[in-house]
Formats: sequence, structure tokens, C-alpha cells
Amino acid sequence: MERIYIFKRFERFWHWTQALLIILMMITGFEIHGAYNFIGFHSAVTVHTTAAWALITLWVFAIFWHFTTGEWKQYIPTAEKVQAMMLYYVTGIFTHAPHPFRQTTLSKHNPLQRLAYLFVKLMINPLIWVTGLLYLFYNSWSEWGLDWLSLGWVATFHVIGAFMMLIFFIAHIYLATAGHTPTSHIKAMITGWEELD
Amino acid sequence: MNKYISLITALAIGMLVVSTSWSTSKPEATEKAEPAKTEPAKTEEKQKPENKSTADHSKFKELKTNFQNGPQVTKACISCHTEAAKQVHATKHWTWEFLNPDTKQKLGKKHVINNFCTSVKTNQSFCSACHVGYGWKDDSFDFKKETNVDCLVCHDTTGTYKKLPGLAGHPNYQRMEWPPHSGKYREAVDLKKVAQNVGKTSRDTCGGCHFYGGGGNGVKHGDLDSTLAEPERYLDVHMDKDGLNFTCGKCHQSDAHEVAGSRYAPTAADDKGVLIKGSKSDRNPNTCQACHGNTPHDGVEPKLNDHTNRIACQTCHIPAFARAFATKMSWDWSTAGRLSEKGERLQIKGSDGRVIYDSKKGDFTYEKYVIPKYKWFNGSVKYTLFGDKVDGTEKVKISEFMGSADDPGSRIWPVKVFTGKQPFDAGNQTLAVFHTAGEDDAAFWGNYNWEKALQVGMAATGTPFSGKYGFVETESVWPITHMVAPKEDALTCAQCHTKNGRLEEVGGIYMPGRDSNAVLDFLGFSAALLTLIGVLIHGGIRIIMSKKGY
Repeated sequence: MERIYIFKRFERFWHWTQALLIILMMITGFEIHGAYNFIGFHSAVTVHTTAAWALITLWVFAIFWHFTTGEWKQYIPTAEKVQAMMLYYVTGIFTHAPHPFRQTTLSKHNPLQRLAYLFVKLMINPLIWVTGLLYLFYNSWSEWGLDWLSLGWVATFHVIGAFMMLIFFIAHIYLATAGHTPTSHIKAMITGWEELD
Repeated sequence: MNKYISLITALAIGMLVVSTSWSTSKPEATEKAEPAKTEPAKTEEKQKPENKSTADHSKFKELKTNFQNGPQVTKACISCHTEAAKQVHATKHWTWEFLNPDTKQKLGKKHVINNFCTSVKTNQSFCSACHVGYGWKDDSFDFKKETNVDCLVCHDTTGTYKKLPGLAGHPNYQRMEWPPHSGKYREAVDLKKVAQNVGKTSRDTCGGCHFYGGGGNGVKHGDLDSTLAEPERYLDVHMDKDGLNFTCGKCHQSDAHEVAGSRYAPTAADDKGVLIKGSKSDRNPNTCQACHGNTPHDGVEPKLNDHTNRIACQTCHIPAFARAFATKMSWDWSTAGRLSEKGERLQIKGSDGRVIYDSKKGDFTYEKYVIPKYKWFNGSVKYTLFGDKVDGTEKVKISEFMGSADDPGSRIWPVKVFTGKQPFDAGNQTLAVFHTAGEDDAAFWGNYNWEKALQVGMAATGTPFSGKYGFVETESVWPITHMVAPKEDALTCAQCHTKNGRLEEVGGIYMPGRDSNAVLDFLGFSAALLTLIGVLIHGGIRIIMSKKGY
């Protein structure tokens, strides 16, 4: 069996820390939103805010890493094999047909992954971050000349972002089992080494 | 490369520490601020305030006199304190008048009609037991006369000086039966002793009237009662007798006898920070912010500071009122006048021993540990005054707090809402003034006859009684601002940030935890659920197919 090293140490650390923080923020965020009572509003706000700052810090490093290593190129969208991938997910995957995409170190995400992650990075994350920071600095709006904003709308867009993240999260976890073997992606994310057929 | 890795490891550890360092929270649902623990009863005597005065009044020859009455004492006082009476003449404590500069309404006890004992007119000799003067029994009272000022009611330190209702602002100079027909007697006041022991105002002197507003202990305000004379910490963190031990005057600072702090034109929002001693300012020194500023939670819970542009300090820090004595919550005058079979006055007591029906006054309700109502308030109070149109069809707002979420000078305030039912003149379409107390034939408290009481009362207003009267529902609003609880008893986040919480009825703002977009929530959770179902089906098919050998 062939193995290739595709996720470097920082990348794995980034992924799992981000996963933990996002899970925490979803649990506490929906509690703050009033969807349920779990750890209490006060604790939920504290966890949510602390996790937000931790994630911002992590992101600063991750962005730096992406640009200095050139890894950002992994997210350049491509139309090639998109159809083949979609077809694979609705047919081939059930019959263990050969995976239409072959990972390499230079191209570790399949075309659908590229599109999905790009959407997360350019759409969901900025929406959550911008509305979240506005939410957090609500009392500085007048100083910043943002009096025309309404907290109700900022909160609504923050919640829209949260729902998109929740849906991405569900799909992402499931698709982690859709590698060459059900566990190959997950193992790769832990060890860095992806097993290929 | 190794250095790079250790840097990242250090960062990872750092972030884990940060992300796990949130503090544990308080329980969320403490609704009542009660004493955390019962302390053993203290047997020690109430301590007299330390006398630091440079003058011993008992050594003054002017006061070595057997005074016959109050005005004689005042004459002696003003022979040295030459400007004192003139200063008092300029205050609300004397004039019982207040012109609201914003609404131009003429207010003060002399003019307003409330929904407790309603109005002062024709009842002055009773009401003036709480006037800082002597002799106000009717409209002929001389408001210019200096010896009419009562110095002792505020400056007594002996606790023996008491003005009795019915004596037009005088204490009893002779031994007399008190309360009337009780068989108990009150000794004559020793004016010489009182005069020789004058001193600063105290919780007892202020409280002599202000604790008993509305006709009894804690009745009117709900945040003022006799326990404030020597409160425990749980009741009032500032006046705590074993702690800060503030007097009323510590916050209600006075200047030339004018006492700061007015219910008629309160400071609802103070965003100017701490008022530094000595700074030139015409600000009201009687606000929380004047000492605590607008960011008092620095280092404790800075997020709370983000609330001060919307919420009055009192909203979180006075979680309930009437925490020592029950306060009156409603008063229905329409049932007054019902007598026993023998034609005698009825007084029916509730289970807690307080009178809930009195022939003289009607039906009452009392409540303890009351959760306030919350309202936007910008400091402007609009009153329904005599002459304002009242036709009996809708509830009359005796006093109404102005303000809204759109007004940057408004804050969300805790209030006591007091409801009543009281007479109105159906012909003149106005709240009625009626004659309540007195020894004459028309006083309602003697004869239980509304027509006569209304005739005399209305005549005093200059608008004769039309002959037609009814009872109208009324509502008055009272700010809750005293009896600040210790910080551990303050409201917790979730008491407001939840559905159906404390601020459920406060409009105009978006509150996390309370407000959400129902359509968005439905769509969002549905989409997430469909995604989950989709991947479960997809995964299920994969498992089945794989078992079939694919």
C-alpha cells in the first residue's frame, strides 16, 4: 500500500484545535441564542468569547502559514473532475468504484473539497467573524461611526453564519469517511499520512 | 525547523490555557435576595453617632429655656443661624411645590393627586405632620414666616420629637392619648432637651417621614422602610450598620438645606463618570455613577460595563423590593365606607397581620419580595393633575415614566407599579379632591359620606363638585433605587437573557437569549436536520452495499 505525507504538523494542530473551538462555539452560541439551556447563559458567553479570541489567534498563524508555505494554492478552485466527483458520490462510492481523484502532496484536496473549503474560508468564516466582532464591540459602534447598524440585524447574520457552519460541520464529518477507505482521511488528519490504493 | 516546531507547541499550549480559563459562573436562577445566613442576634445597644461638632448646644444660653412650643425653639435657632429659615423656605421640604422645568407641570405634594391618600388639600393639619413647619392647617398658612420653620424634625438626635397627624405640624406639647381612642398616652415633648441636643440629620430623622410614606411602614415606596434605620448588609450594602453605615445624606447631599435627589425630576441616566469631590459641576451628586462611574465592573466582569448605556444600575443591583416589610401594591377606595352591623368602623387584617380592609380607606393588597416591573425612563415623569380630563372609561396614569429605546438619555429602570381605584368628578371630568381627615362633619374618615367629602374637597380647588362622581382605576409608577443589594445578590445574566425573563416586556432592543428570528431558526435547524438525514441515508446505503459484497 502506498502512503503519502500530506498534512504537516502545524496543519494538523490547526485543524483539530479549530475543530474543538468551533464545536465549543456552536454549543455555546446556540445556547446564547436561546435555543436551549445547557451550561447557563453566563458561562456560555464566557466560553464563546474566550474561544473566539483563541480562534482568531489561531487564524492569524494559519493565514501566515498558508501564505509563507504557498499552501493557499490548495484552495484554488478547478472545474476539472467536479462532475466525476459528484457522480462518484452518488454512484461509485456504493460499489467501491475507483476514486476519480488521486491525492498528491501538491494537490491534496479533491475538486469538491476545494470548492467547499473555499466557500468556508471566503463566505462562512468572514460572515461569522465580521458579525461576531461587531457583536462583541457593540458598545464601540458610535465611536466607530457605525450607529446606523442594528444589533438585531448583526445578530441575525451571525446566526445565519452559524447555521451554515453547522451544516458544513455535519457534512464534513460524514465525508471524512468517504476516502479510499472509511478511515483513511481521518487517519491522515491525525498522523499526516494518507493511505492510497 | 525544530525551533519552528517548539514555537508552535508553545502557542498550542498557550491557546489551550486561554480556552480553558473561563471562570465558573454563579447559579442563574436566584430570584430573591435573601440573607445568605442568619447571623446571631446582636444584643449591643444602637450606637449614637459620634459627636464631632464644635458646638455643644446644651451650653448655649439661648437654649436654656423652657420652650412652650416649636416656633419659640425656631426663634432661638435663627438668632444664631440667621439664614437657616430663609434657606428652608426655598426647598421642596417647605413649599411642597416643584415646577418641572421640562414638562412645565406644577408638581409637589401641594398639587399632585396620588392614588394613596390622594391629596393634601383640606387635609393639611394631618398631612403637615410631615411638613418641615408649624401651623399649616389650611390655605391661610404663612409660608414667609421664619418661625414657622420646624428645625427639630430634621435635627433632633434624641428620638423623642414626633409630630402627630392632626396637630398641623406640631408635636404634642401636652400629654395626649395617641393613637386616638387607644387608651395609650404620649408624654409631652421636652423641647428644651430636644433643642439642646440638636445635631446632623440622621437615618432616623429622614426616616421619620420617608419610611412611612403612604400611611405606614414601607407602604408607599417599597424600597424605603424602618429597617433602613439599622439595616443588615443583605438589605442595603451601603447603609449596612456593620459595614459602610451610610446615612441618607451621604448620597442625598445637601447644600443650603436643599437636599439632592428628587423623585419629581430624577436623573435617569448619568454617563459622565465619577463626580470628583471639589469639581465644579451642577450635576446631581445623588446617582450611583457619581461615585461608581459608568464602568464599575472593570477587572470583575468587563462585559457588564457594556450594559450601562442601556440599563440603570438599580435594575441588576436591586433584584427585588419590599425585602424587609411588605409594601402596599393596590388601594381600592371604592369599597370604603362599609361598616359593621352595629355601624362601627371595620378593620380586617390579612394573614400577615396587616390591615387589608379599613372602612376609612377601602381594600388594600400588600406584597413582599416584589419583582419590579421594568420601564424605559429618561427622567421625565408625566402626571395626571387636577383638571386633566378623566372620564372614567380608561385607567388613569397618575404618573407615567417617559423614555424609550430610541432615546439615548433613557435607561431601563426597575419600578413599582401601584394600582388604585379612586373617586373622580364625573361632571367636571377630573380626578377628585376630597376631604379625608378632620373633626368636622364632612371628613370622610368620620362620616363615610362621599358627597359631603367631595363637596368640601372640590370647593377648596375652586372647581365646585358637579354632584356626579364615580371611581376610576389608576396607576402610579415609583422608581426603585434604595436598598441596593450586595453584589452577590445582583441579577444574573440569564434572569434577563432568556425567553420570558425579567425584561420580557421591554421593547425596542435586541437581547441575545430573549430575541430571535423564528423563521430563520426554523429554516436553519431544518436545513441542518435534512443534511443529517441525508448523510445518514447515504452512509446507510454504503454499509448495506458493502455487506452485499461490493
